[in-house]
Amino acid sequence: MKEDFYMGQFLQQIFNSISIGSIYALIALGYTMVYGIIRLINFAHASVYMLGAYIGYFAMTYFGLGFVPSILLAMLICMIVGVLIEKIAYKPLRNAARIAVLITAIGVSMFIEYGMMFLVKANVRSYPPMSGFLAKSFSVGAMTITAQQILILAVTIILMVVLQIVVKTTRTGKAMRAVSQDREAAELMGIDVNSTISFTFAIGSALAGAAGVLVGVYYNSINPLMGMLPGLKAFVAAVFGGIGLIPGAVLGGYFIGAVEVFVAGYGNSMYRDAVVFAILILVLILKPAGLLGKSGREKV
Amino acid sequence: MKYIFALLVFAIGQLLVVTGYLNDYLFSTLTTLCINIILAVSLNLITGFTGQFSLGHAGFMSIGGYVCALISMRIPTVPGFLLGVLTGALAAAFVGFIVGLPTLRLKGDYLAIATLGMAEIIRIIFLNLKITNGAAGLNGIPQFVDWMWLSLFTFSSIILISNFIRSAHGRACVSIREDEIAAESIGIHATKYKVTAFVIGAFFAGIAGGLYASYFYFLRPTLFGFSRSIDILVIVVLGGIGSLSGSVIAAILLALISTYLQAFPELRMVFYAVALVVIMIVRPQGLMGSKELSLDLLKGFGRKRQRGGS
Amino acid sequence: MNKVLDVRKLSKSFGGLAAVTAVNLHLNKGELVGLIGPNGAGKTTCFNLLTGIYEPDKGSISLHRDGQEYSLEKRKPHEICRLGVGRTFQNIRLFRDLTVLDNVRTAMNRTVKYGLFSALFHIGSYHREERELIEKSMELLKIFELDGKALELAKNLPYGEQRHLEIARALATEPALLLLDEPAAGMNPAETAQLTRTIEWIRKRFDLTILLIEHDMSLVMKICERVYVLDYGMLIAEGTPEVIKNNPRVVKAYLGEVAYA
Repeated sequence: MKEDFYMGQFLQQIFNSISIGSIYALIALGYTMVYGIIRLINFAHASVYMLGAYIGYFAMTYFGLGFVPSILLAMLICMIVGVLIEKIAYKPLRNAARIAVLITAIGVSMFIEYGMMFLVKANVRSYPPMSGFLAKSFSVGAMTITAQQILILAVTIILMVVLQIVVKTTRTGKAMRAVSQDREAAELMGIDVNSTISFTFAIGSALAGAAGVLVGVYYNSINPLMGMLPGLKAFVAAVFGGIGLIPGAVLGGYFIGAVEVFVAGYGNSMYRDAVVFAILILVLILKPAGLLGKSGREKV
Repeated sequence: MKYIFALLVFAIGQLLVVTGYLNDYLFSTLTTLCINIILAVSLNLITGFTGQFSLGHAGFMSIGGYVCALISMRIPTVPGFLLGVLTGALAAAFVGFIVGLPTLRLKGDYLAIATLGMAEIIRIIFLNLKITNGAAGLNGIPQFVDWMWLSLFTFSSIILISNFIRSAHGRACVSIREDEIAAESIGIHATKYKVTAFVIGAFFAGIAGGLYASYFYFLRPTLFGFSRSIDILVIVVLGGIGSLSGSVIAAILLALISTYLQAFPELRMVFYAVALVVIMIVRPQGLMGSKELSLDLLKGFGRKRQRGGS
Repeated sequence: MNKVLDVRKLSKSFGGLAAVTAVNLHLNKGELVGLIGPNGAGKTTCFNLLTGIYEPDKGSISLHRDGQEYSLEKRKPHEICRLGVGRTFQNIRLFRDLTVLDNVRTAMNRTVKYGLFSALFHIGSYHREERELIEKSMELLKIFELDGKALELAKNLPYGEQRHLEIARALATEPALLLLDEPAAGMNPAETAQLTRTIEWIRKRFDLTILLIEHDMSLVMKICERVYVLDYGMLIAEGTPEVIKNNPRVVKAYLGEVAYA
């Protein structure tokens, strides 16, 4: 009997971690695609995620839009914001020192976060309560699964399938992979590098925006600085799985989600975040290319 | 030379304090400024002169602050305070050594993220330790910082770091920034010097932390988060990566701006953010580039010397 | 014959690509030996293996100095430099934002005895040693006629002088073995002729053994006593310049390359 209980708990934790893992995976995809294509850690990505959450909030609260239109709206606006950020802040520095671009990225993220804080004030806002299907929960044995958790998983799967299709079959998807491997060669082959980069930012930002809305629905509360910690953890996820590799981001996202849930559930929730950062340090020191990655080499 | 200048500044300051012109509010601003100067020149040593991008400087400051506070709260005398500051700095340096050794093999963005992660781990540890009182932090830390100690520590930091840079060890660090592979090819042990710069930088950040604790008399983990590290980075970037006088000038400039924007803390951060982006796009070398303002400006004009010579 | 450098069966692959395969070469004390081959033959890779930037997959590298033998395969670049190997780079790697003086001074760090404490406080032997460093650096710069530009930033020097500076910097480490990677690249015939004289001169003056990668055949023919020829990472010929010039395999390897005079 006791074994059933522990098994039930364990399975519950696994299911919880799938939800959070999906969020991290969605955000991590944006980091990894941008890093893959222009070798930049897009610090601003986390603030786009936050923007998505707020857009969803305003759409639902003030415009009375349902879930689907809200998330689509958030994805659309975040897409535009992502492309704008790239054009205004990163493109001018495409050939500058790495540290310069990194600092700029930090600047952009701060601008969005504190700008938001100035505009909407720092207090936490709550998403309107979900009704209908989304308010339900199901009992499966000893576990409780909410419809929202199913929603997160469903949306994530749909988005990832779409992403896969885009990357593997469309011309732009192939262009993305080409530019990631060798920008100059891609250019010589006639690929429009600028549009490809913009496209990458667009997709990544859209995914982040979707993640923001999902988090708003699932956790209910949002605030302007909500992106910082999840953003960092999603980045750890991308590095863990192999920075620049799309499957790596997905793998990493679910892994970090699981680590979080299990450390908090079975260990000490206080040190939960510290464990995630410790994983980051370990990966960077032991295998910086990540789980699925291969190491590169500088030509001397 | 520079010691005379330092003495002069100290004397003027002391005069202002004694005559009451430097009231508590102004002195508080001055203290923040000096602490930022120490933080900025120490970060500049690591990031500007040795080229190692560190986003975790606040972590070292927090170690210095907490260790100093814990000691001076138990030994509330001037020697206790001094012991606290120095021990705090040594503790920060020690952590810098432990952290630096494995992570300084990383390059560029990876190093930045690793240092960020380290600082977060330190912050979370302080948040959870009983002895540091967790989120509530420490209160009632004895205040020993006055103009004498403030100016002494600030000038010492600037002079010692400047001395280091104009030594063979310092030049080795700069050569690593310029071209690590070439530096190794002429016999410079890159990791050794990177760690040295990192440890020295951490030491002075620890001093700044001790001073902070011993003036503002309370400490909380939230004071030493990512935004503190960014604050310092903005000063270094604005002043010029590789220019100590740039860091001092930028610290003063930003202190002035902060004071004006005091009523709007978010706007201040927004301003910093815009400043970072604009500087990087328009003038990435910052105000001073890698040049130094010679302290002979008392002689009538500021001579700009090329960086690298002594 | 006293060997300075003994390389046996040196091999290195990157991924599936074999960059260097089973290379044997040796240098005797005081020799000036050339390493030539078409682009991509693996010459710079050899240098990188010799100086510890890459670790060989197979093979051994031994340095003989003052009666001692040192194996270099697993050592780090800075260690190898301290054992007496200096080098220049194919694409000049000067410290561009440092002065000419600093570029050379930094190479003499090995001889600096004052420690961290003295560096921080400028006490002890700091002042004396700094003076000596400047004196020694200026002496070296005089040889290359760069002493007048000691306070110029390296990046502001004309190309030819930058190449000379790189050699001066390598010499500042007091090497027994000097590896020069295409020192004449980008030089016109007059500059190349001057470089040739300079290399001869420093060899005698500093008692050096030199291994030289070069594409400019006039330089190679003129000063190299022996030449090794690499192609696709393998040694295809070895001998005096006259001999290898007429070697059919060598000629074939260079077919399509710019012919040498």
